[in-house]
Amino acid sequence: MLGLLYAAPTALFVAVFFTAPLVLVTRMSASEWPLIAGDKGFNFPDNYSAIESNSLFWPAVWFTVEYTVLVTVLLIGMGLGLALLIQAGGKWKGFLRTSFLFPSAMGLASASLLFWGLYSDSIGPINPILQQLQITHDPIQFLGDPLSALLSTTFLIVWRFAGFYMLILLVGLQAIPHDLYEAAAIDGANKWHTFRYITIPLLRRSLALSLILCITGSLLAFDQFYILTKGGPDNSTITVVQLIYREAFQRLNLGTAAAISIVVLAVLVVLNTVQFRALRGSEEA
Amino acid sequence: MKRNVLALTFTRTPYYVLSGAAAIVFLFPLVWAAYASVNGQAGSGQAEGFGLGNYDRLLHYEDGLAQYFFNSVFVSCATVIVTLFVSLFGGYAFAKFDFPFKNVIFLVTLAILMVPYATMLIPLFVLLKTIGLQNNLVGLALVMAMFQLPFATFMMRISFEAVPKELEEAAQVDGAGTFGVLRKILLPAVRPGIITVALFAFLAAWNDFITPLILINDQSKAPLSLAITNLRQQTMGVIDYGSLEAGVVVMAVPCLLLFFALQGQYVRGFMSGAIKG
Repeated sequence: MLGLLYAAPTALFVAVFFTAPLVLVTRMSASEWPLIAGDKGFNFPDNYSAIESNSLFWPAVWFTVEYTVLVTVLLIGMGLGLALLIQAGGKWKGFLRTSFLFPSAMGLASASLLFWGLYSDSIGPINPILQQLQITHDPIQFLGDPLSALLSTTFLIVWRFAGFYMLILLVGLQAIPHDLYEAAAIDGANKWHTFRYITIPLLRRSLALSLILCITGSLLAFDQFYILTKGGPDNSTITVVQLIYREAFQRLNLGTAAAISIVVLAVLVVLNTVQFRALRGSEEA
Repeated sequence: MKRNVLALTFTRTPYYVLSGAAAIVFLFPLVWAAYASVNGQAGSGQAEGFGLGNYDRLLHYEDGLAQYFFNSVFVSCATVIVTLFVSLFGGYAFAKFDFPFKNVIFLVTLAILMVPYATMLIPLFVLLKTIGLQNNLVGLALVMAMFQLPFATFMMRISFEAVPKELEEAAQVDGAGTFGVLRKILLPAVRPGIITVALFAFLAAWNDFITPLILINDQSKAPLSLAITNLRQQTMGVIDYGSLEAGVVVMAVPCLLLFFALQGQYVRGFMSGAIKG
């Protein structure tokens, strides 16, 4: 019973700031709820059917999925590459680890603002450097069209998060027993075979964790697009979370925003359950 | 012998080229931001040459840099205090006691991780408004503490579980109650866990953008992340990139310093999550 007393602040806090809002958002999703006027009563299922007819919804979903696939492939690849680079040892190990991790200490919003300047026409250093080296003639518009806006944002995200995934994968790499590599070397395995048949299988748990974190994080992307591309050009880089924000605070409709939030939550719960099942299944096998 | 040295140099060359290039790519944007914040640029606070003109302009931007800096420090510190208070007692309870609904409370706390920020912030905006904590720094800190709770509770629970039972029993024999044991014996033993939780809560609160964007309306109550982002929208016509990069530096320096000072704790926090999670 004494334990319940010590757990009381947690229980109270979770009830007020987590459970209650969760109940409220469910109710809001089934109500007409303008931002200013507040609750106007039950209207289920209008908010949900409005999602389908929202012209930005499917483009936002596809863009978010496209972005998630791109970022996940690049980030896990980059994280693994950096982890192997550190694992290889060498004089610069400590310095390299700190440099790769440095961007991860910075906030995503400040990193996005930094890159907004970095990509800009007026003070961005990349075009002057490229032109000086005579690699390009005309300045590159880093955020000018949908594809370059996507790629520029992806570069920012890889820069900001690669160190984070390197760290998770490094923990996994260091847990692989050294004698396995020695045994493989005695058997005459080359570097690729060692990597393919020892490193990758034994890294499965860390890789799966990175994958889950990266997919979930990317599906919920907001700051980087709100700040860097503002959803543009021509609404081509609007993510699902940005759509929720727009519904709520630009179109002032909390009801439809709540309905989209509930859909996103449901998709995430299903996705995470499947991913954790797969992770557990692969461990038992 | 000589051939060996030569072979070694050859195999090491790709390593140095690769590491060097990677280090430059990762450090260049940070170095550039610092440079751009003091470099002269027409139309910015530092019209020509090097100097602190952009920082000077930032000091007098709207409510003044000091106000935004204070807002950020206040919210981050309040988040740390609330997170520590709740998770310290919670972690102790979950690690050392048996009580009704123990697993339910713990699992619901961890479930916070599953729910997107946006899904929580829409109802929290309404909820905080009805209790008068919307557009309020205390309300902002409470919400940020809620987002920190899964990691903090988990971290404190494993920290308490790692303390050997004999240590507590010795104190209990001396007649100390559970609170006495917590204060005198356990608190020093879980100090590394406390530092990790505090560091993560501080960085998350300092860097959070979407939470203040939704919960704060008044520019005078905006923390740095929100205030600096608004800076580029509110200058008429010409965007003042110099002041913007100065703002980025002001936001980043405390994080980078903390990270440098507590790198061990930072790495440890990830490891515990990576191994147990």
